[in-house]
Amino acid sequence: MIGRITLQLALLLIFAPLPLGVINKTKALFAGRVGPPLLQPYYDLARLWRKGFVISRTTTWVFLAGPVVGLVVPLLAALLLPFGGLTAPISFTGDLILFVYLFGLSRFFTAAAALDTGSSFEGMGAAREVTFSCLAEPTLLFSLLVLASGAKSLNLGALFGPQLAGQWQNGNSASLGLIFVALFVVLLVENSRIPFDDPNTHLELTMVHEVMVLDHSGPALGMILYGAAMKLMVLSAMLVRIAVPAQTGSLLFDLLIFLAGLLMLAVLIGIVESTMARLQLPRIPQVLVGTTLLSIFALILVLR
Amino acid sequence: MLWFLIGLVLISVSGLPGLFLRRDGTGGERLASLLTLAGALFGLLGVTAALTAGSALSLNLPWSLPGEFLALRLDPISVIFLLPLFLVTVCGAIYGLGYWPQRQHPASGRKLRLFYGLISGAMMLLLAARSGLLFLLAWEAMALCGYFLITTDERTAQVRRAGYIYLIATHCGTLALFGLFTLLDFHSGSLLFPAAATLAAAGSSTMFLLGLFGFGMKAGLMPLHIWLPGAHAAAPSHASALLSGIMIKMGIYGLVRLTSFFAEIPPWWGWTLLLLGAVSGILGVALAIAQHDIKRLLAYHSVENIGIITIGLGLALLGRSYDQPTLTLLGLSGALLHVVNHGLFKPLLFLTAGSVIHTVGSREIDHFGGLLKRQRWTGLFFLGGAVAICGLPPFNGFVSEWLIYLGVFAVVQYPGSQLSLSLLAAPALALIGGLALACFVKVFGVTFLGEARSPAAAQAHEAPPSMLWPMGLLLFASAWIGLFPMSFRALLESAAKAWGGPIPPRLTESMAPLGAISVAGWLLLILLSLIGWLLWRRSQNAPRALGTWGCGYQFPACSMQYTASSFADSLVRLFRFGLWSRRQGGNLTALLPARGEFSSHTPDLILDRTLIPAFASIAWLFRWLSRLFQNGVVAIYLLYVALTLITLLTLLAR
Repeated sequence: MIGRITLQLALLLIFAPLPLGVINKTKALFAGRVGPPLLQPYYDLARLWRKGFVISRTTTWVFLAGPVVGLVVPLLAALLLPFGGLTAPISFTGDLILFVYLFGLSRFFTAAAALDTGSSFEGMGAAREVTFSCLAEPTLLFSLLVLASGAKSLNLGALFGPQLAGQWQNGNSASLGLIFVALFVVLLVENSRIPFDDPNTHLELTMVHEVMVLDHSGPALGMILYGAAMKLMVLSAMLVRIAVPAQTGSLLFDLLIFLAGLLMLAVLIGIVESTMARLQLPRIPQVLVGTTLLSIFALILVLR
Repeated sequence: MLWFLIGLVLISVSGLPGLFLRRDGTGGERLASLLTLAGALFGLLGVTAALTAGSALSLNLPWSLPGEFLALRLDPISVIFLLPLFLVTVCGAIYGLGYWPQRQHPASGRKLRLFYGLISGAMMLLLAARSGLLFLLAWEAMALCGYFLITTDERTAQVRRAGYIYLIATHCGTLALFGLFTLLDFHSGSLLFPAAATLAAAGSSTMFLLGLFGFGMKAGLMPLHIWLPGAHAAAPSHASALLSGIMIKMGIYGLVRLTSFFAEIPPWWGWTLLLLGAVSGILGVALAIAQHDIKRLLAYHSVENIGIITIGLGLALLGRSYDQPTLTLLGLSGALLHVVNHGLFKPLLFLTAGSVIHTVGSREIDHFGGLLKRQRWTGLFFLGGAVAICGLPPFNGFVSEWLIYLGVFAVVQYPGSQLSLSLLAAPALALIGGLALACFVKVFGVTFLGEARSPAAAQAHEAPPSMLWPMGLLLFASAWIGLFPMSFRALLESAAKAWGGPIPPRLTESMAPLGAISVAGWLLLILLSLIGWLLWRRSQNAPRALGTWGCGYQFPACSMQYTASSFADSLVRLFRFGLWSRRQGGNLTALLPARGEFSSHTPDLILDRTLIPAFASIAWLFRWLSRLFQNGVVAIYLLYVALTLITLLTLLAR
């Protein structure tokens, strides 16, 4: 078990920033630019970690707690999830609820850290973040219910286990497809990607997630970026597993399939970001409610 | 049982000696706290004896009132409700020394202490009572003491109004309970409570509906919650803590006890509770988000949490109706554990809110701000309570919500049954959780973070130790259940057994791996402190003289911070169909607009939007009728007499 945990954490810590590089490269290709090198996110993290802090006198310890929780939560959540064909290192009945609520904890502290600066922009970002996330939450739960009723089990290890391949074949493919779409939307919302949020914008008024971390600097900002990268990887791992449930039995091949899937998903995100415009803020809740309805249809299909 | 009775008497009379002592002395309040502490210890001794004795302790004394015996009994279900009662009563009594000192409140302090002790004693009696008459006596004593606690500060009109509404609501509920116990007497042949799962189905549905109304009124289930927000906002904070943490749970206790009597449970009971629970949960938290008064906000969260408990109880009933013992066990343990948990973190939140109100002198969230720097401990305790009430790990709220989720997810293992509909409870719980998180980020952020929003908040000071220790104790208990949930396993198992019906004997690790939750909680804490320490060390030599970046603007002011109403605005707009907030002003038109104002206010959906207008129009109708008939013309009055006589004669002359 210790070996499994180490392997999983090593995978997460090493590969997490890579999809971000792939997304940026894809977007650059679409725009006809060369773009930053693939490993740019790694350079950024290293540079931020070496830098010093600037801390506003308004803030308290909560300001630092935000980045810390944001980093620890994906680490723990990753241990509950199977990465591709690898089995989940920690698995118990009901761990899927822990998974969902862990991300709730990180949201609580990120938003609180934003409010700690007393800046109205960051307050605005925090308000939008908690609003959109609480609309994304039912979708996630519906998707997990669909997967749980397919797997007849309540732990993530089994939900994303070898039985997924069987489900695609015997008639559950429609609901799995719907779930894939719904979870993809959740992924875009939770990781603040276009069309819900723009990680690259420089206009504070329009930002959601990025504006919450406006006042963070140096190692704290590095932790936030690293945590966000790991969150992207953890949520992507679910999607990759649903899309590619194949399993060879050999550790190395399973690993390679998983990583390839991860990069493909990053390319997909890059394409979505390049081809779509940002949604108007009032439209976002409508899209999220629509996605929830989609996942309800998936549940009805499974339970019929 | 003797220990328990000694404890009961000690707590009940704790406020009595103060009546004979000096009005402005500290002797009475200290003695009251001491008596409460002693009483709670004696009570705890009695409860431990009841648990270790194997079988429940009981006492039957002959008495001359109807109902054969003065029957008292302590079983695991009562114990679950008693444990938070002892802790909260003691914490509140000690907290009251600093919050409502006799010296500063010579007029109301003694009354507050008298009824604080009496209500705690009445609730202890209520939980131990095993005959309908005794139960009703204790219930009425509790309800009346509650009224006096709410109207402690009776000089304000708002408080008196809250008290009247409470009094009307609670007596409507009691009326239903009179009907309930009369029916129970009629069907079981005795005023004594029947044993678990023995009562036949005859008349059970009427009894359930009467109980749902009476107990639901006390618990504050959604359409019946009308008295709750005003009452909890009006009472002194430690009394609100007791009312919100413990007293409303007596409604839940009544429902749990009542449903345990019946041998057969019709499916619609469970469905009704599930629906009411989901409605209370979602609308409760949505109304909470829209509030600006911190105590009203916390009161609406009580409605939300009662909703979560009711969802759990509904699942348990469905498990009984559809013969799914696992579902029953998980739903009931989740509901009962949430009773304990809410009984810990809600008083904690009320006490911390009281500490803030005490120093700032206002209940408006937008008058606080930046308090974490001046009230370190209060802020920390509030944060703990907020994380717990949002159901986030590693605190106790997560464990009980997780058990209820497990119950819901257990349904997926029985495909094709009608139970599938109850799966909708899981996304409802998720929505409740997400909204609660939004609400508590708002409260914590606006109250404790940023810069002070009023001169009073800038001058705030930390509460005295006598107020901090009770909060710390409650947070410790919350964290304990979150980190060692296994310690409650045995109690929950025996409570489920006492509830009756076919039930798995054990809450096994494969059914609900509480051990794994404990490990995950510790892992989270260890990692957080490790990485937190790392970052903290790096941040030590950072310059701290700079202000927050104002995006280029040089002169930011405190009033430019995001306010509570703006934070909640997008969610309030989303829920406008259920909230109907009133918004005034806020439209700036010209290029260089003149001074403008904006305010938003969200009145209660049932009380302010439905009941009061309805009753007002009925009152108007009757006033109109009375003006029509009593018009002061003597001839018309004589005509009424003549008409009545003629009518009576024709009727009687048959």
